[in-house]
Amino acid sequence: MPRYYTDEHEWIDVEDDVATVGITEYAQGQLGDIVFVELPEVGAMIEQGKDAAVVESVKAASDVYAPITGEVTETNAALEEDPSLVNSSPEDAGWFFRMTIAAPAELDKLMDEDAYKAFVEDL
Amino acid sequence: MSDHDTEDHLEEIALEPLPLDAWHRARGARMVPFAGYEMPIQYEGIVAEHNWTRENAGLFDVSHMGQLVLSGPDLDAAVEAVLPIDLATLKLGQQRYSLLLDENGGVLDDLMVSRWPEALYLVVNGATKWDDMGTLREALPDDITMNYLDERALLALQGPKAADALARHATGEYPLSALTFMKFGQFKLAGHDVTIARAGYTGEDGFEISLPAEAAAEVADLLCAEPEVKPIGLGARDSLRLEAGLPLYGHDISPETSPIEAGLTFGINKRRRTEGGYPGAERINREIAEGTARKWVGLKLEGRLPAREGAEVFAGSEKIGTVTSGGFSPTLGAPIAMAYVSSDHAAIGTQIEVEVRGKRLAATVSPTPFVPHRYHRGS
Repeated sequence: MPRYYTDEHEWIDVEDDVATVGITEYAQGQLGDIVFVELPEVGAMIEQGKDAAVVESVKAASDVYAPITGEVTETNAALEEDPSLVNSSPEDAGWFFRMTIAAPAELDKLMDEDAYKAFVEDL
Repeated sequence: MSDHDTEDHLEEIALEPLPLDAWHRARGARMVPFAGYEMPIQYEGIVAEHNWTRENAGLFDVSHMGQLVLSGPDLDAAVEAVLPIDLATLKLGQQRYSLLLDENGGVLDDLMVSRWPEALYLVVNGATKWDDMGTLREALPDDITMNYLDERALLALQGPKAADALARHATGEYPLSALTFMKFGQFKLAGHDVTIARAGYTGEDGFEISLPAEAAAEVADLLCAEPEVKPIGLGARDSLRLEAGLPLYGHDISPETSPIEAGLTFGINKRRRTEGGYPGAERINREIAEGTARKWVGLKLEGRLPAREGAEVFAGSEKIGTVTSGGFSPTLGAPIAMAYVSSDHAAIGTQIEVEVRGKRLAATVSPTPFVPHRYHRGS
């Protein structure tokens, strides 16, 4: 299952025609203690590079952008109960939402794991 | 992912390092621009640091703040013409909260004033210190000398175990325990001459230590070697002061707010309320007598979504105010905020709503501090 990354620190797993989206380990470390995650509505159309979710830490609110264009098909209900899952397991149990892949070519603009690692090391 | 937080985004200017810059970095601090300096926002994490301070003791570097000493002939009268303070009741060894006001009674800064022998010692906010010095210099007579102590650092040790940790090292003419809240004295720490005030910005018992900049790292090491003490960043400083219901200059109070609206009437000392004779006295005295159209109040929000600075406050469809500080309270495990609201909706228990990204959140006007102060006032 290929995983892609954005330069805004979202990750996206692609399996057949469904993608799962979350934020990276680096992102959660920058945000600090997460107290609330505002997820998109199931059925919402979201557009690559546009607002998709909001993460509230103790310190601040931060936007999470849609890594690709598509329709939201599922959100992670566990985050309502325990937003700190994003801190403890950002790239697994702390996933944000699943979505359709409207334009597979958009994935080509994203980074693979090695490219993202190099990107973060340069920050 | 990108921040749209409400921190001051300063222009790209050369940021000055504070005396403890390398010390913070060596301890893993994340440094951010604040008040013209690189400052530590956090070490291990805001919530952990916040809780540590409430339970143990936290060491805060507040060397960005301005330390000023005023001296000269007829000092008290000269300063009373600028600040609404009653210096006749400020004895040697006492510290008091005061306000620098403009001619309209708007707040230019809030500050601490202490009586030194033959002098007054002021601690002003870091972001406003240069403007404050200009305002004070212009307002004070030429024969009043103003010294900016730019070679002094300022450390705050805050929390219920701060007194135990500091007492192991502070020596002086009398023991540290002789200091009660808002008193200060001369002490020695690691052989250096320091002044220690029993005060702070967390709601906890604690101390503010003014010391030579070159001694700051040695003293910070000494204190952090105590089992009760860890370094704490600006992030937890903000969440602690919010729980304590204390205003942050530039956010909760500003030239657009009066101290009476902000509930800081105690900063206008009693004699000055009748005598006046300070900038803004006309408005201040009128507001004390007649009340204000809006008041600064605490809000407890339902749910977990915090409301930040700038969020609008509603009663039904009517906009009644604006949040000036807000966040998630680690101690209460719930979002809290401070807001100016119209006075007819300011009573404790009033149900209102706060709008965050188009959503209306239910909130209740609540007493402050949100977390009780635990100052050491003596027996």
